[in-house]
Amino acid sequence: MDLAAVILVEVLYAIASLALISAGLAVVFGMMKVINLAHGEFMVLGGYATITAVGLGVNIFIAMLIVAPLVVGLFGLIVERLIFRHLYGRMIDTMLASWGLSLMMIGAFKMIFGNTTTGVSGPIPGFSIGNYQINGYNFFIIIVSVLLLVAMLAVLRGTRAGLVARGAMQRADMASAMGHSPDRIYMLTFAVGSALSGLAGAVLAPLVGLVPTAGAAFIAKAFITVIAGGPSLVAGLASASGFFGLVNQFFSFLVSPVVGDVALLVAAVILLRLLPRGITSRFFRGKL
Amino acid sequence: MTLNRRSFLASTAAASGALMMPAIARAQDAIRIGTVLDVSGIFDAYGTPMDMAQRLAVAEINDAGGLLGRPVELISYDTQSDMALYTQYAQRLVRQDNVDVVHGGVLSASREAIRQTLRRANTLYFYNVQYEGGVCDRNIFINGVTPAQQAEVLVPWAMSRSGPRVYILAADYNYGQITARWLQKYIDDNGGEAVGTDFFPLDVSDFGSTIARIQTVAPDLVIAPLVGGAHLSFFRQWAAAGMNERIPLASTTMGVGNEHKVLTPAEGNGMMVAYNYSQELDTPLNNAFKERWVEAYGSTDAIHEIAVSHYMGIHLWAEGVRRAGSAERMAVTEALEDGLSVDGPSGVMTIDPQTHHAILDVHLMEVRDQKMEVVESLSQRPPVDTQAVCNLIENPDDNTQYEIEF
Repeated sequence: MDLAAVILVEVLYAIASLALISAGLAVVFGMMKVINLAHGEFMVLGGYATITAVGLGVNIFIAMLIVAPLVVGLFGLIVERLIFRHLYGRMIDTMLASWGLSLMMIGAFKMIFGNTTTGVSGPIPGFSIGNYQINGYNFFIIIVSVLLLVAMLAVLRGTRAGLVARGAMQRADMASAMGHSPDRIYMLTFAVGSALSGLAGAVLAPLVGLVPTAGAAFIAKAFITVIAGGPSLVAGLASASGFFGLVNQFFSFLVSPVVGDVALLVAAVILLRLLPRGITSRFFRGKL
Repeated sequence: MTLNRRSFLASTAAASGALMMPAIARAQDAIRIGTVLDVSGIFDAYGTPMDMAQRLAVAEINDAGGLLGRPVELISYDTQSDMALYTQYAQRLVRQDNVDVVHGGVLSASREAIRQTLRRANTLYFYNVQYEGGVCDRNIFINGVTPAQQAEVLVPWAMSRSGPRVYILAADYNYGQITARWLQKYIDDNGGEAVGTDFFPLDVSDFGSTIARIQTVAPDLVIAPLVGGAHLSFFRQWAAAGMNERIPLASTTMGVGNEHKVLTPAEGNGMMVAYNYSQELDTPLNNAFKERWVEAYGSTDAIHEIAVSHYMGIHLWAEGVRRAGSAERMAVTEALEDGLSVDGPSGVMTIDPQTHHAILDVHLMEVRDQKMEVVESLSQRPPVDTQAVCNLIENPDDNTQYEIEF
C-alpha cells in the first residue's frame, strides 16, 4: 500500500516534469509553429537565473517562480524581435536560426558561468509515507505543473487575450482585419512561451546539477511530447505527458531508468505510427 | 626613415627571429612533461585540482634546480570532459610537442583512449587516478588505489556498521562495471549479499525512481561508485528524500572530486569512503604540502584524492629521472622498477615492479561536516588484485587490461 503510494507519486512526478519541460515548447511550437531548437537552452537560462538570484540572496521560491520566468521571458522577447519575427512561416529557416541561437547560448553560458556543474540544494525536506521516504520536492513539481496547466487552460479559454491569441495563430489575416496586430500578438506569445521554458528550467534546477550543455537532455523529450500531443494545446500536453510518463516510470521501476528512457522513445515511435498527427487528432478533439 | 612594406617585413622577421632564438634553445634544453586533463566540462571537479597540483609539483621541481640540471617544462591540454579530445591531444603531445613523459587522464575511459597511442609512440605514461585495477602494460605507471586496496577494506568495514544486504549503484562505463563486480566479490567474501545493482550513464541526473526502487528492496547498505557532476545529484536527492538518515551509504568515488564539500554537511554526513589521502591527515609532509598549496592558490579547498595522487605521480617520475640520470623512457622505467618510492602528503608510495602499480597507505574515513575524518589507517597495501593477473617481470610485453572473473 505504501509502496503503491510511493510509485504513484513517482509516476505523477514523471508526468508533471514532462508537462513542465514541454509547456513552453507547446506554446512556441504547438501554437506558433516555430521550431525552437534553443528551447533546452531557454530552460538552462532559467536555471542559471535561479542559481544566480539565490546566490544574490533572493528567496529560492521567488527566484524560481518569478525571477527566472521574467528573465527568460524578456530574453525571448528580445530574440523574437531580433531574429524570429523575420522568419515566421519559414520553418527550415527558423530551425537553423534557433539552432545557431542555441549554440550561441551554450557558448555564452560557458563564458559567464564556466564549463562546470553548478546547482542549488532543494528547499523542501523529504518525508515518509509509511515505511518509505520520498523527496518532498516531487510534490512541489507536481503542484507547479498542475497549476501551470490549469492557468494555461484558463487563459486560453477564459480570457479575451487567449481568444485573440488563438485567433491570430489560426488566421493572422482575419485577426488583423478585426483590428488586432498579429505582430504584437506573436511577440507576446513568444515571450510567454519563453517564460514558461524559464519556469521549467528554474523549477528543475534544484534536482539536477546544471551544466551549459544541459539543454540537450530536455529538448528531445519536449519535442516528442509536443508532437505526440497533437493539435490541442493543453489536452495534448496533458495526455502525451501522461502516456509517456507512465511508460517511462513503469519500465524504470521494472528494469532501470535507462530502459525507462528507451521505452519512452519506443512508445513515441509506435504512437506516431498509429496517430501521425498526435493523440489529440483522434481523442479529445476540439478541446484546448 | 620611411617604412615601406618590404623593409617592415624584413625588420620584423629579423626581430621575431631574434626573439625566438632563445625560446628554441630553452625548449631543447628543458625536459618536457605533457598532460591531458579535464579542466572544464562535467569532470572538471576532478581535473581542475589535478591541474593545480601538477603546476605545484613542477614548480617545486624547478625551484629545487630542475632535473639533471635541466628545467622542467609543463605542456598541458584541457580535454574538456570530451573523450574524443584525449586521442587528439595525446597525438599532439607525442608528435608535435615531443614530450618525454605524459601524465594524466581522469576517467578510465580516457586512459584507455590514449594508452595504446602512447605505447606505440614509445612515450612513458603515468595515470595517477584511483581506478578499477587490472591494467598490465610496461609503458604505464599507475599510482591510484585499486579495488583490492580500497574496496577490500571498505566493504567489510561498511557492512560491519550496517548489515549484509548491499545495493550497488554504479556509473555505466568500464570503471563502474568492473568496480561493481569487485564489490560483489567482496560482499560475497564477507558473507553478505548484493541485493541489487543498477548502472547509470554519466549524464543521468534524475534518481527518483531508483531511490524508490532501493526502498522496495530495503538493503542495509548502499555502495555508490557514481562518477561526475550529473551523478552528484544522486547524493542530493538521496538526502532530499531523507534516505541518508535511514540507509548508510558508502562510496568508492564520493569525495574524489570533493563532492563532500559541494554537498551540505547534512547531506554528506556519515558517508563512508576509503582513500589514499585525506586533508585531515596530520603528518608533517601533509601540513607542509597544504602550506605550499595555500601559498600558491590561497586556500586548501580544491585539494582532493586524485589531485594528490597526480602530484605524487609527477614526483615519482621525477625521482625516476634523477635515479636514472636520464629522461629516456627505458632508463626511467628501469629506475622506477627498482622498487623506487617517494614520501609525500599521502604517505610513502612505492612502485611495485611486477605490476607498475603503487603500494600505498589506505585510510577508512567518514564524512563529517564536509571533512573526511580518518577512522582507521591501513599502511602500505599492495595492489593484490592486479598482482594476481599481471606480472611484467615475466611478461614484459603484456598489454591487457585484465578484468575480474568469477
